Amino acid sequence: MKRLRAITLLGGALALSACATTGGATGSSAETTTASSEAAGTPYASTYSAYPGVPTALVGATIYDGAGGVIENGTVLFRDGKVVEVGANLSTDGYTVLDGTGKFVTPGIIDIHSHLGDYPTPSVDAHSDGNEATSPTTPDVWAEHSVWPQDPGFSRALANGGITSLQILPGSANLVGGRSVTLKNVPARTVQGMKFPGAPYGMKMACGENPKRVYGSRGRMPSTRMGNFAVNRQTWLDAKAYAEGDRKKRDLAKETMAGVLDGDILVHNHCYRADEMALVMDMAKEMGYKVSAFHHAVESYKIGDLLRENDVCSAIWADWYGFKMESYDGIPENGALLWQAGACVVIHSDDENGIQRLNQEAAKAQAAGKRMGLDIPDAEVIGWITLNAAKAMGIDGMTGSLEAGKMADVVLWNGDPLSVYSRPEKVWVDGALMYDANDPKRRPVSDFELGQPGEGDVK
Amino acid sequence: MIRKTLLGAAAALAFAAPAAAQDFAIINATVATGDGSEPIENATVLVRGGKVVAAGTGVTVPAGVETIDGSGRWVTPGIVASATTLGLWDVGAVSQSNDQAAGDSDFGAALDVVPALNPASQHVAVSRASGVTRATVYSRPSESIFGGQGAVVDLGADANMVSKPRAFQMVALGEYGARIAGGSRTASFVELAAALRDAREVAAGQRDAEDSRLNRQDAEALVDVLSGKQALYVVVDRASDIRQVLGLTATYPRLDLVLVGAAEGWLVANEIAAAGVPVITDPLDDLPVSFEQLAATQSNVGRMVDAGVKVAIGTLDGGTGSQPRNAAQFAGNLVALQNVPRASGLTWGEAFAAITSVPAQIAGFDGSFGTLSPGATGDVVMWDGDPLEVTSAPVRVFIDGIEQPLVNHQTRLRDRYRDLDESDLPKAYDW
Repeated sequence: MKRLRAITLLGGALALSACATTGGATGSSAETTTASSEAAGTPYASTYSAYPGVPTALVGATIYDGAGGVIENGTVLFRDGKVVEVGANLSTDGYTVLDGTGKFVTPGIIDIHSHLGDYPTPSVDAHSDGNEATSPTTPDVWAEHSVWPQDPGFSRALANGGITSLQILPGSANLVGGRSVTLKNVPARTVQGMKFPGAPYGMKMACGENPKRVYGSRGRMPSTRMGNFAVNRQTWLDAKAYAEGDRKKRDLAKETMAGVLDGDILVHNHCYRADEMALVMDMAKEMGYKVSAFHHAVESYKIGDLLRENDVCSAIWADWYGFKMESYDGIPENGALLWQAGACVVIHSDDENGIQRLNQEAAKAQAAGKRMGLDIPDAEVIGWITLNAAKAMGIDGMTGSLEAGKMADVVLWNGDPLSVYSRPEKVWVDGALMYDANDPKRRPVSDFELGQPGEGDVK
Repeated sequence: MIRKTLLGAAAALAFAAPAAAQDFAIINATVATGDGSEPIENATVLVRGGKVVAAGTGVTVPAGVETIDGSGRWVTPGIVASATTLGLWDVGAVSQSNDQAAGDSDFGAALDVVPALNPASQHVAVSRASGVTRATVYSRPSESIFGGQGAVVDLGADANMVSKPRAFQMVALGEYGARIAGGSRTASFVELAAALRDAREVAAGQRDAEDSRLNRQDAEALVDVLSGKQALYVVVDRASDIRQVLGLTATYPRLDLVLVGAAEGWLVANEIAAAGVPVITDPLDDLPVSFEQLAATQSNVGRMVDAGVKVAIGTLDGGTGSQPRNAAQFAGNLVALQNVPRASGLTWGEAFAAITSVPAQIAGFDGSFGTLSPGATGDVVMWDGDPLEVTSAPVRVFIDGIEQPLVNHQTRLRDRYRDLDESDLPKAYDW
């Protein structure tokens, strides 16, 4: 009953908690081989590589490919960790055939906004590792250095949500919160063992209430929205000066900012209000960077045209609103109105519970549109939690849709994924079966849970 | 483009004299009565004088009663949301607008939500539009382990929100109460015992002000708790803590206990059932959020119900993801668990009862709220589909037989921003 005791609604801990409020197969260990896609010399390089899988044919299911396509009674073929082919009436010679009749297949679900590992459960003070709230700009911190890979939340996201990839962001206390990290949702002893090979870094920024409240309450800048912009702009100017120099003197903060200016690091900007998002987009033009996605963005529907023109995604909830002043105008039709405007929609969680139900949240956003006459095809809505998320994270060349050559990140659902009554039956990551509802042992149990009440239980 | 709304916000929110209850019948609908039974197709619901007369098949609609075609629709009792903060706040982080807790008050048990309730709150309107017609509203424990006295309310668009004032007291035990009481569960149990002793002395006219732990108002407020006239909602999660709470009746035999939270309830489900103590729980919590919720699982509700515990879905408070309007989604998730191997879910009828008749029973309104049984209050919702499905929504809502407006701040924003055309005038003129 954490919400009843939560003080988030009293405002105190808002920015310092979450962002908004403020069984492996046998065989070689995946963690001992450096993934080939990581450049030599990359610090904290991914050591993840796919676990073994069997060549698999999912036959007879309704397939949403994540890219807007749907195939009734189709076949998905994958082997050696990659999707081989998706279509109707494909030969399954050489594949282990699974009957998907009456079931549904989607790409692995992707959460663009999670704090798992940085705010792990148990949610004790000792685990509060998501906000370096000691300076309004901390581009030098990297979320991966806070990730606790034993967070039980990863397993719930896998088993109930079908989550195969997720971006872990620093919190939103700061104007610049630091680097994000993209993970594959595969248990590992180290964060390096979870890092998504070849995923670009993100940089978290936050506009609005959080930074001005956190630092204003300490009598320092920023204490206003104009202060937010002043600090941001000067920080960018200093970073540009560094980036335009020889960059020889190591400066962790400016290296991150320079990575954004170079186009290598993607900006993920926590922002609620439409007017503020418009200002941030102008700041990005002024300073020479691009916002990849606004996160939360409860007022995006007011500026769908601007977001489309600037090619900025909105990573949104279906219906959260009212918990802080800048969230007061949140409406369930946000996603549908963005879709109508031709802007990019991503459904995100920012929550260890919500990450288990991104499919349901997407369905709610779709239904709100339908009631106002906007008929958004199911196959496109699946894209809101797969390919669109991957695009905004810069990993759409590798995952996010069921296309030949992409990672075999696949969910077999026991029913329509846009229904409350459906759950993942099987989840594959890079072609390896990481969750099977029918196999009591094919589910992760974190170190923390061993020997505790409920160990290995359905969750 | 300027759009005239037929039922403007002013009309909806200004609470003119309450409309009179309508006599009406909804025919040809799929009807779920809320009593745990499965839905009935091609059925009729008849409401007269603000009360349900009949629901089911073979219902004759008397001449002259307005008949509403429910083809393709579902008709149910309104959702009864348990342990909410509806009417107590506008914006969570705007403390001036937030009356959920009185963190700096000298009072605890005496706090009473009734004078703070605002029926014009947007969260009331938003929940109403989502089919919530009744709720229990609590005051959150903050400086005292006692949060104060909660009420049963209706969500009608009128000035009177209260169905039953001072319906229950809330007390925090477990980690939450321990932190308030001085850092340990040992302290919270002594606090509770001392408070109930004060209440007993007040009830007997023997209060010794010098030797009282509580001020007079707080002690007086607990008299009805001690006698069982007022339910005691106990916030508790860990199995061992639940056992301790159930044991309180050995000392205080008349306590009318309700467990709130009970994340590890399934571990002690038989004991809870034997004690006849109902539970209000957030059904999808499945993470070890704290050391008192290590065994949390979405099968908690199903296992407790299987053991014979009366369980309502509730505590969906707060302004983020857990909103009262999502109670139906949470209930639907428990139906989904029926198809997950080794999980314990609920049947559709059980799940729907967990957000209608069961919470009504716990609130003391058995047979009058949360059901379509004859004589029940005319809280009726017509939905565009299965109410537990995330894609469904109400199309008409009646409370006490009075049709309710479904407009609110959110629907007005939706209508204003249906397009972004400002060629003639700014958006601010579109209202």
